[in-house]
Amino acid sequence: MSATTVDTPQEKRGSGSKSKYVPQDGCLLEVDDLYVEFHTEEGVAKAINGVSFDLSQGETLAILGESGSGKSVTAQAIMGILDMPPAKIPSGQVRYCGRDLLTMDPNERRHTRGPEISMIFQDALSALNPVFPVGWQIAEMFRQHRGMNKSDALERAVGLMERVSIPAARERVKAYPHQFSGGMRQRIMIAMAIALDPAVLIADEPTTALDVTVQAQIMQLLADLQQERQMGLILITHDLGVVADVADRACVMYAGRLVEKSEILDLYAAPAHPYTRGLIDSIPRVDQKGQTLAAIGGLPPNLTRIPPGCPFHPRCYLARDICSGERPELRELVPGRFAACHFSEEVLGA
Amino acid sequence: MTEQAIVETAHSSDANPVGEARSLGADARRALARNPLFWISATMIFIFVLMAIWPSLFTNTDPTEAVLSQARERPNSEAWFGRDIQGYDIYARVIYGARASILVGVFTTLFTTTIGAALGITAAYFGGWTDSLISRVTDIFFAIPLLLGAILFMSAFPSSNDPYFVVVFKVVAAISLLGWPALTRLMRSSVMQVLPNDYVQAARALGASPWRIIRSHVIPNSLGPIIVVATINLGAYIALEATLSFLGIGLQPPVISWGVSINDAIVGLRTTPHMLFFPSLFLSLTVLAFIMLGDAVRDAYDPKTR
Repeated sequence: MSATTVDTPQEKRGSGSKSKYVPQDGCLLEVDDLYVEFHTEEGVAKAINGVSFDLSQGETLAILGESGSGKSVTAQAIMGILDMPPAKIPSGQVRYCGRDLLTMDPNERRHTRGPEISMIFQDALSALNPVFPVGWQIAEMFRQHRGMNKSDALERAVGLMERVSIPAARERVKAYPHQFSGGMRQRIMIAMAIALDPAVLIADEPTTALDVTVQAQIMQLLADLQQERQMGLILITHDLGVVADVADRACVMYAGRLVEKSEILDLYAAPAHPYTRGLIDSIPRVDQKGQTLAAIGGLPPNLTRIPPGCPFHPRCYLARDICSGERPELRELVPGRFAACHFSEEVLGA
Repeated sequence: MTEQAIVETAHSSDANPVGEARSLGADARRALARNPLFWISATMIFIFVLMAIWPSLFTNTDPTEAVLSQARERPNSEAWFGRDIQGYDIYARVIYGARASILVGVFTTLFTTTIGAALGITAAYFGGWTDSLISRVTDIFFAIPLLLGAILFMSAFPSSNDPYFVVVFKVVAAISLLGWPALTRLMRSSVMQVLPNDYVQAARALGASPWRIIRSHVIPNSLGPIIVVATINLGAYIALEATLSFLGIGLQPPVISWGVSINDAIVGLRTTPHMLFFPSLFLSLTVLAFIMLGDAVRDAYDPKTR
């Protein structure tokens, strides 16, 4: 359990029956057949179409996919920060420790945000309030949820900033977000998100706005924190490179559906869906210097007009007649490996 | 600039090494204290307010003492600002006029800004039918011409023999009643600009209550424009009070106000320009002081300009 300087014993997670949320068989979060629609003037955009996955304690799950595949909407639906309307959740469940968050009393649900489930945003500059010092913003978490007084809360904020490796944290605690570099701002954001020791942390493209060198540091920080606190971590990214070392399992999304779900190493070694294969082939590799970078042709579909059959078939190199007529369901190929393609065996064998 | 700011922050924190809790308000006060603009405007406002409360501190002359034999006298050692057509001492009248003008300016600004900000925030934050309702009501009031509406209001509640403060309050009420819609629109649009920001989403994701989101995230980030407009409006309200007086429905003699004095001066624009000059000067200085104060306050609440 997290034995950082900022924790006092009575506030530790799992210290007895204080928390009313207890993981069942180690399973923290289950997303079950979730649908999300956006009602717009151009029609109904089906952003999420029946997504299911689960997350255990201490596990890192990567959600992969390109822009518009529904990764961030999934995260927002889990957090309950979708703007409704225009968003609507027609069916599905998001169970946290067995309790459905979607049908929970809004006020009760609000109290799960922060201490139970927390989130890191892509662009830390815009995710931090520009008019308050960063230390004040972190301290606010303790004052708000734990009812601490100002100086105790600020002391804890300093501890957290030290934990996320901000140099001279004690001096920088009074600085404003715009006085930090991009990487440091993301560290502040992480400090805020882990302040209340959440059981589940969702990181929505945590490294996209950062330099390549800083990306690795932030991923390492997240991995360390996750190890230390045994959090369930959901990493949302379009960059397959950054998650390879830290994730345990991966879900690949396309047009609001899961197209593949498997252990991350299996996925990299032998993708079972043409889309995953395309994503992996489009990572620049040192050993293929001088060659043309493989790319997936075309664009992801407009979510108000998702193609019939397999949504990926217009861009798929394997597409045959059946693909435009019949939508492949997510099926288990070998234990622990799921893919939604009529020809997964062929892709795997290739 | 950023580097300098960091150095400065680091430096100022050396002064109090242990994490003393500093909030936006405390930082803003510090920034204000370092801003000469603030001290200049605050001093001016302090003097004007003093003038409004104790005019006798500034002059021993009775502003209602008409020395007809000296009417239209130019500024001299006895009557510093000269005398008007009634033989009143203009200096004394300017001092005594501060009370009504500042009361009208400050209170009208206070009321319109409070109503405007509250309705604007409510409309933008809650959206939906709340927004529609507030916006349409705002539109209705917006459609009434300010001057015409004020004339209507003042004629509906004529103030012939009312005591001083009641008359002033009526003018404040008339202008406030019609002045808030512009500020509601302004606040609504600036809140709508703040709401889609990630930090508001982030606050929700970290479990903040709606009230806390409004207080800590929406208000501090959307206050800039309304502060500027409110301080500029303050002058406009004093001028409007003058217009109402001119039309014979605002403050009326024997009430002394800058507006009344300015209107009295119209008759002798060419022969006695000092009658117009001095009350106008004081009106301009008051407006200037409040605009400078507004600027300083807005800058103090925006960390990036520090």
